[in-house]
Formats: sequence, C-alpha cells, structure tokens
Amino acid sequence: MDLMSLTAVELGKKIRNKEVTVVEAVNAAFNQIEKVEDNINSYVNVIDKEVVLKKAETIQKRIDNGTLAGPLAGVPVAIKDNMCTEGTLTTCSSKILNNFIPTYTATAVKNLEEAGAVIIGKTNMDEFAMGSTTETSAFGETKNPWNVEHVPGGSSGGSCTAVSAEECSYALGSDTGGSIRQPSSFCGVTGIKPTYGTVSRYGLVAYGSSLDQIGPIAKDVTDCAVILEAIAGYDEKDSTSIKRENYDFTSALTEDVKGLKIGIPKDYFGEGLNKEVKERVLEAAKVLEDKGAVVEEFDLGLVEYAIPAYYVIASAEASSNLERFDGVKFGYRTKDYEGLHNMYKKSRSEGFGSEVKRRIMLGSFVLSSGYYDAYYLRALKTKALIKKTFEKAFERFDMILGPTAPTTAPKIGHSLTDPIKMYLGDIYTISVNLAGLPAISIPCGVDSKGLPIGLQLIGDCFKEKNIIRAAYTYEQTREYRRPELVKKGAK
Amino acid sequence: MANIITDETIDYVGILAKLELSNKEKEQAKKDMGSMLDYIDKLNELDVTGVEPMSHIFPIDNVFREDIVANGNNRDKIISNAPESKDGQFKVPKTVD
Repeated sequence: MDLMSLTAVELGKKIRNKEVTVVEAVNAAFNQIEKVEDNINSYVNVIDKEVVLKKAETIQKRIDNGTLAGPLAGVPVAIKDNMCTEGTLTTCSSKILNNFIPTYTATAVKNLEEAGAVIIGKTNMDEFAMGSTTETSAFGETKNPWNVEHVPGGSSGGSCTAVSAEECSYALGSDTGGSIRQPSSFCGVTGIKPTYGTVSRYGLVAYGSSLDQIGPIAKDVTDCAVILEAIAGYDEKDSTSIKRENYDFTSALTEDVKGLKIGIPKDYFGEGLNKEVKERVLEAAKVLEDKGAVVEEFDLGLVEYAIPAYYVIASAEASSNLERFDGVKFGYRTKDYEGLHNMYKKSRSEGFGSEVKRRIMLGSFVLSSGYYDAYYLRALKTKALIKKTFEKAFERFDMILGPTAPTTAPKIGHSLTDPIKMYLGDIYTISVNLAGLPAISIPCGVDSKGLPIGLQLIGDCFKEKNIIRAAYTYEQTREYRRPELVKKGAK
Repeated sequence: MANIITDETIDYVGILAKLELSNKEKEQAKKDMGSMLDYIDKLNELDVTGVEPMSHIFPIDNVFREDIVANGNNRDKIISNAPESKDGQFKVPKTVD
C-alpha cells in the first residue's frame, strides 16, 4: 500500500489502528524523497533519517501507551523554512541565515509536535517569503511536480510540492499576500490562510507582521481543518494573537451549503484572467449553486488598489523586520570589514538576494521622513478602505468566491524579469491579507496543459467554518488528482 | 508622473537600509524603484479624506505582561549562533572610541 498517497488523517487512522507503524510511515516518506526530490527540490534540509527514525520510535511508544491519541500522531510533516525549529537549521532560504540554528521552536510547530507529528524536513521558499514563484530562494528553484519546467508558485512553494509530490503527508506554510493559497493552487493541493491572529506567529520569521499567518497545506479540506485545529490557539508570546471563542473547525466538515450566500466579484473576472481558469472557477460556482447555495455577482470595489497598498505596507514592515539581520549576533557575517557600519552593510548586501534588497529599499524609502505621509500613511488609509469593501460584501454574503490566481503556473525563469507583472499575479489573494480574512484554495480542475487551477473561498473574520463547509461540499463532487510524476514513481 | 530616482536618493536609501550597492546594482535599483513608485502612485487616485490609517485589523491595544524574567538562562545556546564570540560574549568591531 502506498502510504504517501493517503491523506494525513487517513494515515493517522491506520497508525492508531495499528495497521501501520510510525517507522513505516517515516520510511515511506524517505523512500518518496529519494525517488523525486532530485527532480523537485522541495526541501532545503531533510533531517537525518536516523534522527527522524529515532523520533518515530519515541512517538510510537507514546501512541502505544495511550499518551498520544490525536488524529495526527505519527504522521510525517514538512515545515516551511521560515519557522524556527530548535536544533534544526532554519534558513528562510537565505544566505544570511545559512548557518542559523534556532534555540527555540515556533509555537505552531510545537503544537504539532505535541500532537505527535514527525518532522521530516524544512521546505524551500522564496527568500524571506518575498516572492510568488520560489525562484528567489538562495538554495535553488523548486519545480512543479505537475510539470517540472514550471514554477510551483510561492512563497510556500516547497511545502506545496512536498505535499503534491507525496514527500510528506502534510505541510505548514505561511501566507502574507497569498503565499499558502497561490502555490496550493499551482500544485493542485489545498491550503488555508486563517483569520489574522488565529495561529501564533511566535517563531515565524517575520516578513509583514500585520499580514503574516501560518496555515496548513494538505491533500484535502479535512486534513487542513484537522491541522488548523492542532496549530491554532491563543499564545501570550505573540502580542497579536487572538483568543477566539472556539477552534472546532472540523465540525464544519459537512456536506451542506443550502442557503449559503456566495458572492462572485465582477471585478475579479475582468482582463488578465486566463480563460480556462475563469471557466473552471465558474463551473465550481455552478456546482455549489446546484447543491443549494445562492450565488450572485456583485461589485467588490477597489480591487486594483490592493496590490500597490500591499507592496508599500509589506515592504515597509519588511524593511523594519529585516534590520535584525546585521551579522552581529547570528547568521552570516562578511569576512573582511572595516568598522561596524561597514560590517553591517557588507554582511547584509552579501547575505540578501536581489528581491529582498529591492523590498527593503522600497520599504525604507516609504517610511523615510518626507515620504511617510504620502506613501505609508496613504497605503494604511487604502487598507482601511479595502477592509470596508469586504465588510460591505459580508453584510450580503456568507463568502466570496473567485479564482486563487489569474493564471496557472508560469514557466520557470519567466517571472523575475518584470517584478510588477509578477506582483499582479497576487491580485486575488492580497486583499485577503490586508483585511485579515480567512481564505481557502482548493483544486477545481486543470488547464489544457494539465496544470492545476485553484478556487478561492474567502470568509468574514473568524468564519473559517463557512468556507470549510463550502470547500468540503464542493470537494466531495470530485476525486483528488495526483500528478503523473507521482503516479509513475519517477527517478 | 514618472518618478526619477537620483543617485542621491539611492545613496540615502542605502544608508537607511544599511545596504551597499555596486554601481551596476545602483542603476538597476534606480530603475526598479522608479517603476515601483510609478505603480504605487496609483493610490493617489483614491479620496482618503477623513479615513484613519489602519495599521491593525482588530482593536487590540498595548498588550502587556509583568516585568519578570520568565525564560531561563540560554546564554550558551544563543552564543552558539554568534559569528564571532569570546568568553560568552558577542565579538564585534569597535563601536566606541
């Protein structure tokens, strides 16, 4: 039986029922990594097999004596390399952290460990989460398992390919402007960005602190709901963490959308949207309508202002967050320098890649004296207006439906030469982060080249259950599609 | 309105960002910043009179805790990541004359 073709929940069940041991599950993951990793490059760092097997044995013991009984106990997971894992290299796919070993573990990851997760490795990403293709990684590109000449998307590219190529049973990603949802869409897997404040950011290397959220990436909605329940929770170590009323996301795994009011923004379906993506997404809307949802078009408004507002805000926050990488206390320090300031400049200039430098410079500029009001404050006011457009929409609708991305995965090497064109690909995901809303991307078909298309459902703040319910209902009408590379077992 | 970024501006930004760019990188940076700012100028189309800048989505104010040490002494662990260290301290270039 191909253990890695199971969902995380299915595998967890077999482990609990003693049909499969944790060691067998871990070996299955490593076997798959051996088969496909050279072609895909999902991982920055696969943890030493002997170390993981030892961990597996410990977890098996705890399952056997009943101390670990949850749905994820013993299931192999991959973690995006911007989440601190104590004792394990954490690089954010950057040269400036190429030797950094954290002294603590991120809360979200700790929660998974306490649930009995077995961490297989840290996945590749765009450097410091800045990018939409995983091409800005300092450790090489990650390839899309559906067609290795195409990107997997980003910035959680490695996490999505590790799930799609079955090198792990599920993964964690982070989402600042679409970084879980867009690569999930490009790789044919499911990913959720929760309401801001739901999952602790303690231990997540910050990019845009007012926008970042950690979330699950897996083969289906059930897995994502279970993982989200495991990682979500109030954390006093994250001052933006929210104490929610309930976290029982799995209670929404029901096939019932009768009466659910779904809004489709007309402004999402204009120029720039690929024809096949449009067709598949509207077909999905029809499926939900046939199942009893009330689907209606409407004008969302201000859609074209989300991207410039986001890039001002995210770059500004990033320029501040990345000041700590200075070669003093950790990370890369340049070899030859004259004095402190020269050491700072050289370490940072040699350690950061060009996209990161670009955003740090833009961020420093928009925050500088004389420009702060014109750029940064104006962007924050735009953010307030964008939030209002969603508030207005949610007075009428329970959720908003649209494509996750305007296209399927582009070819490798075609995106970085025109940054603004690349930024435009974030048009459907970005405003969700600005407004702090929850959103899910689920596969809804492939295009004529066989590349996956993603459907995005956006809920109001704290309304993950609405979008989980609709996503689950839609998902029951189709089979999970595996990429050819995995079906064939390539090497 | 095209934003022309001068050498002066890029040098200023370099100081703020603690980045040192080669001449080639500077030329590219001037171009990139210029086109990004042109794109961002789109925000000027919006009427934002009376709108409060929204930094945080939820009205969470200053989150405090008691000023007591809650974590242990991790000095050795933390120093293990230092590029240069001596006697349990970070070694850095001279900062004070």
